[in-house]
Amino acid sequence: MSTRIETRFAAVKAEGRAALVTFVMGGDPGYESSLEILKALPEAGADLIELGMPFSDPMADGPPIQAAGLRALKAGQTLKKTLGLVAEFRKTDKDTPLVLMGYYNPIYIYGVDAFLKDANAAGVDGLIVVDLPPEEDAELCLPAIKAGLNFIRLATPTTDDKRLPAVLENTSGFVYYVSVTGITGAATPDFNAVSQAVARIKRHTTLPVAVGFGVKTADHARAVAEGADGVVVGSALVETVRLSLDKEARATEKTVSSVTKLVRELAAGVRSGRPVAAE
Amino acid sequence: MNDRPNSFRSGPDDSGHFGIYGGRFVAETLMPNILALEEAYEEAKKDPSYFKEMDGHLKHYVGRPSPLYFAERLTEHFGGAKIYLKREELNHTGSHKVNNVLGQIMLARRMKKPRIIAETGAGQHGVATATLCARFGLECVVYMGAVDVARQAPNVFRMKMLGATVVPVQSGAKTLKDAMNEALRDWVTNVHNTFYCIGTVAGPHPYPAMVRDFQSIIGRETREQMQELEGRLPDSLIACVGGGSNAMGLFHPFLDDPSVEIYGVEAAGHGLDKLHAASINGGRPGVLHGNRTYLLMNQDGQIEEGHSISAGLDYPGIGPEHSWLADTGRAKYLTCTDEEALEAFGTLSKLEGIIPALESAHALAKVKELAPKKPKDHLMVVNLSGRGDKDVPQVAEIMGTSL
Ligand SMILES: Cc1ncc(COP(=O)(O)O)c(C=O)c1O
Repeated sequence: MSTRIETRFAAVKAEGRAALVTFVMGGDPGYESSLEILKALPEAGADLIELGMPFSDPMADGPPIQAAGLRALKAGQTLKKTLGLVAEFRKTDKDTPLVLMGYYNPIYIYGVDAFLKDANAAGVDGLIVVDLPPEEDAELCLPAIKAGLNFIRLATPTTDDKRLPAVLENTSGFVYYVSVTGITGAATPDFNAVSQAVARIKRHTTLPVAVGFGVKTADHARAVAEGADGVVVGSALVETVRLSLDKEARATEKTVSSVTKLVRELAAGVRSGRPVAAE
Repeated sequence: MNDRPNSFRSGPDDSGHFGIYGGRFVAETLMPNILALEEAYEEAKKDPSYFKEMDGHLKHYVGRPSPLYFAERLTEHFGGAKIYLKREELNHTGSHKVNNVLGQIMLARRMKKPRIIAETGAGQHGVATATLCARFGLECVVYMGAVDVARQAPNVFRMKMLGATVVPVQSGAKTLKDAMNEALRDWVTNVHNTFYCIGTVAGPHPYPAMVRDFQSIIGRETREQMQELEGRLPDSLIACVGGGSNAMGLFHPFLDDPSVEIYGVEAAGHGLDKLHAASINGGRPGVLHGNRTYLLMNQDGQIEEGHSISAGLDYPGIGPEHSWLADTGRAKYLTCTDEEALEAFGTLSKLEGIIPALESAHALAKVKELAPKKPKDHLMVVNLSGRGDKDVPQVAEIMGTSL
């Protein structure tokens, strides 16, 4: 049986293009508006969705995602509510793969078994947990795989050929290549180096490789889509959310529309990435 | 490691765990570097020239050994145990922090990393790092919460005099936890040329073990000095616990001596039912900053800010080895409020002519509870982790005195 993630990457590949993976923060700027944004993403051209689980101390994230997490927490978001968002989303969308992304502590406190059970029931397809390297696989990665969820691992420019096999060993769904040594939303990557890195990773795995960190515009998306199987955009989207808010940090009528406008542009960028269809 | 180990000194295991605590919970970008650090430290440990050089610097630059001082008037005052002070406040730069920084800077030199970053709360670790970077000609960037920058102005100025760049951190509650997040972000970004000099026995493996090893000189000297002075082991040890490095350093060489009672003192701030920084007494196990340990957090696993009058203790976590020692019962963890610490600050100043750091005053405050109940031949060692010069402006303000 193929997972939703595998099915989607196969479909996108058949179209001869890369997938657009969009990251938004669960509960940002509030539960209802976050749900509206989530529901609008596939229609605007998102092929996969990453939903952030807000955390008080996101040590690998830059100011935009850090601020989005704090907005969500301030608005009362909890891990339980984030799973609630996914369940609501699944009522109307059975096909778009959805991956939760965040840090380990809230999951650990929720209880790993309870979390995996509830995530499965809500319709989560995969997990990205930034502070769980392969060295800590026993914590969540192995139980998640057992529970039928994909565990998506980050590979970075510091992950050399010697270490790659360890990183890839229990990875499934796709590999997330972090295009810069740095935090989210920081530097624009060197696209040449990125395509070389993607090629290097592909020598080690048949999994799709999605590239993120620093991709902000349709042009960036196009450049990355030339070599990668997926393009991840996060900080640019949460910044768009922020810029649409009123003085009390509440959603306005512009919030959903400005996010979907950027997603449309990015989707167009991704679709023009490979002039000749693959294979 | 099982619940009743043969030795309390053999941790961590190969994967960096003390029981369920410790580990390496960091982003993939950092993992290769952390593994390289572990390897470099293991190699250094086998290299006699590394320790020979370190011993030289400890003696001639830091000023070790630090005295084990019999506090005669304090002993008379409490009328019980014989109280000794381990004088870490006499170290160059004014606290125990320099022991650890020296070890790490020498490792950074071996690893050929020209840029050093550090986080600091009270500023003592920042000052120690800036000092040794100046001594060895390394670039130094210190992250410090903006609130701490304001309340520890003398130390901020010292770091700048020493040539370091001090970055005030504006995120979160603008204290030590946020400084550590920011230092980790810097490290993720500049990992190729940067060595992260962590200031306490926390963070991803190998830091908790490595920092403990560097600080264990406190306990080793205490052992020898007590042998010389009294011809036997001490009966009890007391140290304040922020992250827990001065405490681990004193405790570790005595962990396998069952006759030695061991007390760590956490900051209870305004009280355990109010704002405090007592991770073991008022928190529960979770994962932050690269390790599993006792943490202050809410129901949903979001980390909460610690509060203490002392900037060096208001971290919402504690080193993983302490968490394990608490669970196994080998060490007891007491708490001390801001008010109790201030009282002890005054008592030591007036009775012994030693102005202690507010951090150390937390350990001293518990002497009042423990010492009077002990017989006169009970040998009690209190770690005087730092001197109070840095705290004088803050205490003056609390007392309503303008300097
Ligand atoms: C003098 C002094 N003592 C104690 C501490 C607490 O640190 P640790 O618990 O790691 O010894 C600090 C931290 O800044 C300090 O400056």
